[in-house]
Parts: sequence; C-alpha cells; structure tokens
Amino acid sequence: MAHGPAKGITRWLYTTNHKDIGSMYLWFSFAMFFLGGIFALVIRAELFQPGLQIVDPNFFNQMTTMHGLVMVFGAVMPAFVGLANWMIPMQIGAPDMALPRMNNWSFWILPFAFAMLSSTLFMDGGAPNFGWTFYAPLSTTYAPPSVTFFIFAIHIMGASSIMGAINIIATIVNMRAPGMTYMKMPLFVWTWLITAFLLIAVMPVLAGVVTMMLMDIHFGTSFFDAAGGGDPVLFQHVFWFFGHPEVYIMILPAFGIVSAIIPTFARKPLFGYASMVYATAAIAFLSFVVWAHHMFTVGLPIAGELFFMWATMLIAVPTGVKVFNWVATMFKGAMTFETPMLFSIAFVILFTIGGFSGLMLAIAPADFQYHDTYFVVAHFHYVLVPGAIFSITAGVYYWLPKWCGNMYNETMGKLHFWLAFIGLNVTFFPMHFSGLAGMPRRIPDYNMMFADWNMISSVGAFLFGAAQVLFLYNVIATIVGGKKATDEVWENPEGLEWTVPSPAPYHTFSEPPEFKSSH
Amino acid sequence: MLKAAGGLCARMLGFAVLLTSQLALADETESLKFNMTRGVTPVSQDIHGLHMQMFWWCVGIGVVVFGIMFVSMFLHRKSRGVKPANFHESTWLELTWTAIPILILVLMGIPASKSLINLYDTRESEVDVLITGYQWRWKYEILGEDVSFFSNLSTPRDEIEGFAEKNPNYLLEVDEPLVLPVGKKIRFIVTANDVIHNWWVPDFGVKRDAIPGFTNDSWAIIEEPGTYRGQCAELCGKDHGFMPIVVEAKTQEEYRAWLDEKKAAAAALAELTEKTFTFDELYAQGEEVYNRSCAACHQANGEGLPGTFPSLKEGIAVGPIQDHIDVVVNGVPGTAMQAFGEQLSEVDIAAVVTYERNAWGNNMGDLAQPLDIYNHKQGK
Repeated sequence: MAHGPAKGITRWLYTTNHKDIGSMYLWFSFAMFFLGGIFALVIRAELFQPGLQIVDPNFFNQMTTMHGLVMVFGAVMPAFVGLANWMIPMQIGAPDMALPRMNNWSFWILPFAFAMLSSTLFMDGGAPNFGWTFYAPLSTTYAPPSVTFFIFAIHIMGASSIMGAINIIATIVNMRAPGMTYMKMPLFVWTWLITAFLLIAVMPVLAGVVTMMLMDIHFGTSFFDAAGGGDPVLFQHVFWFFGHPEVYIMILPAFGIVSAIIPTFARKPLFGYASMVYATAAIAFLSFVVWAHHMFTVGLPIAGELFFMWATMLIAVPTGVKVFNWVATMFKGAMTFETPMLFSIAFVILFTIGGFSGLMLAIAPADFQYHDTYFVVAHFHYVLVPGAIFSITAGVYYWLPKWCGNMYNETMGKLHFWLAFIGLNVTFFPMHFSGLAGMPRRIPDYNMMFADWNMISSVGAFLFGAAQVLFLYNVIATIVGGKKATDEVWENPEGLEWTVPSPAPYHTFSEPPEFKSSH
Repeated sequence: MLKAAGGLCARMLGFAVLLTSQLALADETESLKFNMTRGVTPVSQDIHGLHMQMFWWCVGIGVVVFGIMFVSMFLHRKSRGVKPANFHESTWLELTWTAIPILILVLMGIPASKSLINLYDTRESEVDVLITGYQWRWKYEILGEDVSFFSNLSTPRDEIEGFAEKNPNYLLEVDEPLVLPVGKKIRFIVTANDVIHNWWVPDFGVKRDAIPGFTNDSWAIIEEPGTYRGQCAELCGKDHGFMPIVVEAKTQEEYRAWLDEKKAAAAALAELTEKTFTFDELYAQGEEVYNRSCAACHQANGEGLPGTFPSLKEGIAVGPIQDHIDVVVNGVPGTAMQAFGEQLSEVDIAAVVTYERNAWGNNMGDLAQPLDIYNHKQGK
C-alpha cells in the first residue's frame, strides 16, 4: 500500500496526491503574489510624488488592472485552494480529495491562464488597461486588442475554480471520518464548504459577462452598447453579481483559518462554534443581495438605493458576531503570541477596521463622496491584505511544520510579522485621508495637496514588499532544514491533522481515523 | 511574548489616537486635507454630518471591542501563569451581540435614508446644465440658454513632465470653467459620449456617473461664491486623471453677464466660418488644436501608439482630403476615434486638418478652409 511519490518532473505533472497539488497551488500563489506585488510597486513608485516620472498613463492603467487581476485570481484564490487541498482531507480524516484527477487538471490549467494573461503586457496596444472591474464600454469598444486573451484567461481561471469547488464539496460531503457530523467539522472545512458553493454560483456569472463582452467585441452584439439597444450598466449588474460574492470567497476561508489558530494559542475552545457556522452562512446568503452597493452613483432608482443600503448594513451583524466570538475565545484564555497568533490577532483588528470603513461606505449618501476615491482603496485593502493575505500567512506558519516536519524560525517569523504589519498600515492607513481629501482612485498623477499621504503610502508599500522577501526566505529555510517539529507541533491543538506524524506522510488516513469531538 | 503584545497594543492605540485627534481637528479647521470637505451645498453638508456621525459610531464600537481584546491580551497571557477557562458557548451572549448591532444599524440607517431621499429630489430646478463626458474633457450646455462649450485641462505639459514648477491648481485647472449662479437650485443632467465618466465636485456633494446613451441627474444649491474644483471619478481610459472640473459660482448678475459673453463669442466664431484663412494661419492654429484635442492619442509626433491609436504619418492624413475631413468630423464608429464635428468649431477643424496634412514631414501641400468643413457637415 505505502508507496512514495514518483521521481522527477512527472511527480508534479501527473500527480493526483492532494498534498502535492496543495503544494503546487501554494507555490503558484506565492509566485503570483510577488508578480502582483511588483505591479503594485510600479504603481506606488509612480505615485511617490506628483508629476509623471516613471510610466506613462496608459501603462499605469495596465499596472492597476494587472495588479488587481493577478492578486485576486492568481494569489488569493489559489492560495486558499492550496490550503484546502492540503488541510481538508487531513482535517476530516480522508485519504485524499474525492476527485484526484480533476484536482490535477484544475491546478495545471492555471499556469497557462496566467502565462496568457501576463503575455498581454508584451502585445501591441499593451495589456488590459480598464481596471480589474473591466467596465464596458471601456473594456469592449475602447479596449486594446489583448482583451480577447484576457477573456480567454478569465474563462480558464473560472473553469479551474469551479472544478476546485466541486472537488471540495464532493470531498467534504462524502469523505468525512465516521462520527464527524457536519456540526463537528473544523471551521476551516465549514467555511470552505460554503465558499465552494459561492464559487459554483458565481463563477459561471463571470464567465457569462466576459462572454457577452466577447460577443460585443467580435460578433456585433450590443449587450453593453446603448447605440445598439444595450446598456453599459447591465455590465456592472452582472459583474457585481459575481463580484460581491467573490469578495466573500476571498474572506470566508480566512475566517476558518483564524478560527483554528486563535483557540490553539488561547488554549481555550472556540467560542460560539454554532453561531460561527450560522454567521458564515448568513454572510454568504447576504452576499447575493448587496451587489449594487458598488454602483450607488450609476443612477439606481431611490427604492433600489435604499434596499441595497440596508441590506449591506445588515452584513455588519453576522460579521460582528464573528469578531465578538474571536474576542470571547481570547477572553480568559492563556495566550501566547507565536507568529501564527500574531497574524491572526492583526487579522481580527485590521479586518474590523476594514469592516468599519465598509459600514461607512454602505451609507449610500456618504458613498456619493467616498465612491471611487482612495477611501475605497483603503477599505478593500484593509479587508484583503490583513484579511486574506494575513490569514493565509498565518495558516502557512501554523501548518508548515506539519507539512515539512521542520519548525520555522520564530524570530524571523516575528520580524516578518512586524515589518508586514507596520508596512501595511503605513501603506494603507494614509489612503483613508487622501481619499477623504478628494483623491480619485486609478489616477497616475495628482495635485500637490495629496502629495504627503502618497509619499507615506509609497514608503510603506516598499517596506511591506521587503517583508514578504523575508517570508519567502523563512519558508525555504524551514523546508530545507531547521529544528524537527513534534507531531502535535503546538500545545494541544485541536484537529485530526495533528494526529499524523510530522512531516505528514505522502498518504494519510488510508484507514478512517477515530474521531473524538471536543465540543 | 509580553513585548510583542505590548507593542501591538501601543501601535493600535497610537493609530486610534492619531485618527481621532486628526479628525476632531479637521472638524474645526477646513484647511487640513485629510477629512471630507463640508462643502457649500445643503447636500454636501448633510453628507459631511452623516460621515462624521458614522465615524464616531465606529470609534465607539472600536474602543469597546478592541478594549476588551487588549485587556484580555494583557491579563490572559500564559506567561502570567493563568489557567485557561473552558467556557465556549452562551446563547444569551450571542443574542445580545446580534440585537445591539441591529439597533445601532437602525439608528444609523434612518438619517441616512432621509438624506438619500433629499439627495434624489431634483424637482423644481431653476438652472439646468447638461454635462457630457468625452475622452478626456467635459462639455457643458446651459439648457434653454443656447450656451454650449468644452472644458479642457489647461495644465501645461511641462508641469506634468517636471520641466516647470507645478502651480497650486496643478491638474485641477481648465481653459473654460463652468459658471453658475449662487442661491439657485441647479440641476445637473449627466451623460457621456464614449465611455463611462463620473462628474464629481466634492464641495457640492455631487457625484454622478456619466453613462453613454443614458442620463443621470443630481442637484445643488451653491451657498457661497467661489471656485470649486473636482475630477472625473470613473476610470475612463488613458487620461482619466487629466480631465478636471472647475465651477465658478457667481452672483446672478455676473452669471447673466457670463452667458451674454459666451453667446457673443459663439456668434463671432460663426462669422469666422466664412472667412478665408492663409496656410500659415491655419497651420499655427492647427498645431494648437492638435495638441489640445488630438495629441493625447495620436501623440505630439503624430505617430500614435502601435496597436491602439493609428499613426497619422500614413493613412487618412496623406490620403484624399475629403476622407480626412470626414474622419475628423464624423469619427470612426466602434473605435476610440470620436466625431469632432460637434466638439470643435469649423475653424478649428479646418486648421487641424491642414496641420495634420503638413506636419511631421507629411507635406501634402493642401489645406482646408472653414467653409469646406461647413459644407461637408451639410452633406455637400
């Protein structure tokens, strides 16, 4: 029964092993994180001071577009799928994913999609330059020719996500260890189950909207062209019907990771497990009925504005429940502050700050001043960077010893945390101010009244970027060597993944384990 | 461990203090640029009030939640030798922290709903302005007054490229500002000619998407005379950052005088259409028009950008002159080439066609007169 991985490149090309595929997803995501980061640093370098210094406005727009696309579809989503591949089978006591061949396929189409997307940078007319939200008709009639490659890349990414989501649902529904009922699953498994349903619901909508663009560009239809009886606003409705659930796709698994880490380092069970599950489901449901809050200035009827304002405010309730539960988990615990815990605590604080600005943005009349300014940029970076990125980082530090059998360097981990934490806040906090002062987003040049905040942001961005190089070094150093990790790694952590040896053998749980619930 | 937690506490408190003190200050002194402007219209002041109210709610909630968190991070540390408790459920607590936020949200939502309904009430306006977004300039039309003009960025290229010192209104200045009367209810009807733009003047609390083929409206009563500046707030292509808005609010008399002046200028321009210009006059004016209206895409050297904007050193500018005029007047449907027949005067079009046919070594040697353009527009 026990056999190891194949030798050479075929191990990676032909693998159906969830651990190998998880690792490939994570490395791919890491690579895209650096690529998207370089794009971001080009933006911040240009915005360091007023005037056009480094890039021309057209290339600047390509950078904002590619930064958004690569970070959303290349860095954050594949990282969560990678963590799901590694951890879901190990957390539910399954030997592998339910559909291992499809697992291989859903990973291996991704590098091609991103190679194609990146190649547009070298095409005539340049890469997509219409923002990651690609509003028509800027992305159709007025788009560079490379838009067709962009559309095909999006289709491939969507197919990959849908296959990944189907696999995760099939695995969770069918392959749990005996005794692990739904309400006894680890929260990471729960949040991913809900996320997978969101993916299946909205990725086809994204595929639909890019196909409509393709038809408008090449086949003479007028979905988004008023002159032919279409409507540019239709694009935004369809896009955000995908786009809003998409932002929860990027945060729900993060809730699961943090809900695993905080109890371990507070040495106390997660507070309010059931309410966490219900809150996640409520957030997922609400994500389908709030999309037009991205469109408060397009001229919705007053009834629509009021509905979307109130529905959006309602999201604060289940989100608040989650934050309160995490705080209650820490309360009266016996806390230590290892790197995963530091990232998780920063997650709770900074994600909440992002939630506050989100609540402000939900207030429709105020949104008329916030919309499309740096205040919005500050908001969504506060929920995505300390939200998605910090939780992924926390998850990597938390589970890395289990994956490779070695302990990471704690001092370097803490240094990474503090540099990233300071860099992040120095980058994004001033954006609240420049936005409120009136700076629109996606502009390559600006008036001197925004100069101070932009300079601070740029300095912070380079600090944050440097911190991630340290992260890369720490991860490689841990894989190559380092102190041996114990099987439990941490002090009494909860979950089946800690019952297998460190490093986790190539095949785990060939026999279903005995599952004992602590709650 | 202790140091890490302490550092985190200090850092976060530092941020909270910084934020609160700065925003408190901002409320009193308008000159510091890190808070939303209070503005000069009832709507903008209403929005500012909502914004500050929301901000203080968030600060209050933050102090409570983060406060409890920091206290437990300080008190409930393993290094202090505490034993962890084991409680992990309380239906009563869960219900409480579901109900209280709902109550707070209702308190936030009611004034916001009222403001929104007011913001949407564009009835009984006294001045109607039709605003059309173009790549990358604004067109203003005072409805019922027969006044219509384009407003372009007037910041010199040298300032943008760093060859000259930037003036205080860098990127927020235009050649022809919109002039409006104070104290009147003004209705802005917003649309676009090509892609989606967004007309935003922070001091008015007016931000509306300009959508090709559709109109949106919004309103303002400007309470104080002055110059108010804004920018396009929807990504609209390459020069999205270079299409500012300038509105001068003046008294009713000054506004009327401005309208008369605009009408007189338009009449003078119409007369020029019948005049015959020399080649040198056309070429000189054409260069000016080209740099203002064409160079953004076709570039100052006429070479365009490969794959996006065609070069003028080949194709129409060196082909038959009637075809050239037709492209400039009517545009090329389905591409970024706009119809300039509406945007530029006959004189300007004749000048720019003449310039394009003879600049950059094109040397076609022919020229177009304003009357040719006029005839072309009439279909002759």
